[in-house]
Amino acid sequence: MSDRALPAPATPAMKPAPDRERRLALLIAAPAVLVLVGLFALPLVKLLAASLTDATGLTLTHYAKLLGTSYYLGVIWNSLRLALVTTLIALAIGYPAAFAIARARGWVRSALLASLFLPLAASVIVKAFAWTILLRSDGLVNTVLVGIGIIDEPIRMIFTETALFVGSVNIFLPFMILPIYTVVAQFDGRLTEAAATLGAGPLEAFVKVVVPLTLPGVIAGVALVFSLSVSAYVVPTLLIGERYPTLSTTIAKAYLLARQPEFGAAAGVVLLAIAIAVVALSTRLGRTGGKA
Amino acid sequence: MTGPALTARLGILLAWSAALGAAAFLLAPLVVIAAASFSPTPVFDLPFDGASLRWYARIGRLDGFWPALSLSLQVAAVSTGIALVLGTLAAIAIARGRLPFSGTLGTVLVSPLMMPGLVLGIALLQYFRAIGLDLPLAALLLAHLIITLPYVARTMIAGLSRFDFTLIEAARTLGCTFPGAVVKVMVPALAPAFLTAGLFSFLASFDNYPVSIFLTDVRTKTLPIKMLQYIEEAPDPTLAALSTLILIATVILLIASDRLVGLHRMAGTGQ
Repeated sequence: MSDRALPAPATPAMKPAPDRERRLALLIAAPAVLVLVGLFALPLVKLLAASLTDATGLTLTHYAKLLGTSYYLGVIWNSLRLALVTTLIALAIGYPAAFAIARARGWVRSALLASLFLPLAASVIVKAFAWTILLRSDGLVNTVLVGIGIIDEPIRMIFTETALFVGSVNIFLPFMILPIYTVVAQFDGRLTEAAATLGAGPLEAFVKVVVPLTLPGVIAGVALVFSLSVSAYVVPTLLIGERYPTLSTTIAKAYLLARQPEFGAAAGVVLLAIAIAVVALSTRLGRTGGKA
Repeated sequence: MTGPALTARLGILLAWSAALGAAAFLLAPLVVIAAASFSPTPVFDLPFDGASLRWYARIGRLDGFWPALSLSLQVAAVSTGIALVLGTLAAIAIARGRLPFSGTLGTVLVSPLMMPGLVLGIALLQYFRAIGLDLPLAALLLAHLIITLPYVARTMIAGLSRFDFTLIEAARTLGCTFPGAVVKVMVPALAPAFLTAGLFSFLASFDNYPVSIFLTDVRTKTLPIKMLQYIEEAPDPTLAALSTLILIATVILLIASDRLVGLHRMAGTGQ
């Protein structure tokens, strides 16, 4: 398997002329670049072009429909709200959890990491399906809640926003924990001790030393979870369905059912713009955060 | 106990509750699926009396599941293989820094990861139609190449950024041939990143729904598409049984990766 990692004579040891080395670098990077242009850049340009055309030629009607009708504004808001709620809950759970995992040693750490990797490796469809079983009115969660007397009779959970948010946090939480964990694991524990020696209380040391140092991980986690959940498709489809239309479900419907590819393309461009904005903003914050 | 010590203790307690709570929460759906696969009845009544293996026996008789599983495995294996070759070569070119704009190239190579899958799916659908590509299998393979390539690029660029290329020259000075130096120095140093990249891109391709849904036809269906269709039409524990088997295969893969590389290192390179 690792034979494929063989870089061939990419790094000649006999110090060739810089020219030759640059040509080699171009040569070995070229196939990946070609794939990127042919299967990523060009299709996106084509999509953008499709979103701006109809039978008569150039038009903005698809965008006008999307951004000018309250129904579709609601759809956009649904996508944003799903992403916002998911990101905030994931951050609230994931931030402290990352610290404990980084402090853990031996099999405890392996077990905790496995609890992140295993769900990550399992199918999104299977996990969402499991939540439909868990959250049914005769499902396990209701049975347990009634059994221990928290509620008197089963409450309706499936096909509600609660189900949507629970499932979404469940699926995207590892993407919050892992980047924060990576930062915290590299972090020198003596820093907080030093802060304590200099008279800072634990809370002050945390706010002034720990939080700024972990900010790059937090920004990366927030960007990942937000951009993944804003475009989630399987989770809303299985856990809430028609009553919570999102940009993703609208795009799928436009292509697979309604045969309105141009309108779907416009919705796709809007979704892409949101994802790009989040990534660009987080890159920028990460850069200024790194300087501070 | 003094105030500050108490605050510190509370912080640690909070961190541990969050970690254990998160672990339980993350594993809950997997446990439910595994439990449901042994359900004696077609509805998932948990808890139940008397485990049954009937759903496992039914997997083989499910309409169209074997072709879907085999298609998904093939697409994931081929696209991961090609992505590993192309991505690793590009990552080496980028890491050596002899390319103009190598930093930008690295960012661009990773960018499809941040791209909503559905948008990539519809973009490819229209593009393939426009260029007249009418073979579902080829369309799927090409699409999955753009899904897997960013995983390989990201992981290999991260892995290579910690690799010291002068080590190869050092090995040459000590009498190694060039291929010998690469095999003895570079391959072992990069193997963890390579393995992580391969594992993650295989799983990303194997589980992909949002891109593939636009590129399949009635005869060419990948496993996730077949599974979602099944859930929406007539869910019964057969799907749970199939998922449990896939889950067991994944656990074996993860244990093997942990032995070979260590989950801790994978958490580093995977990110």
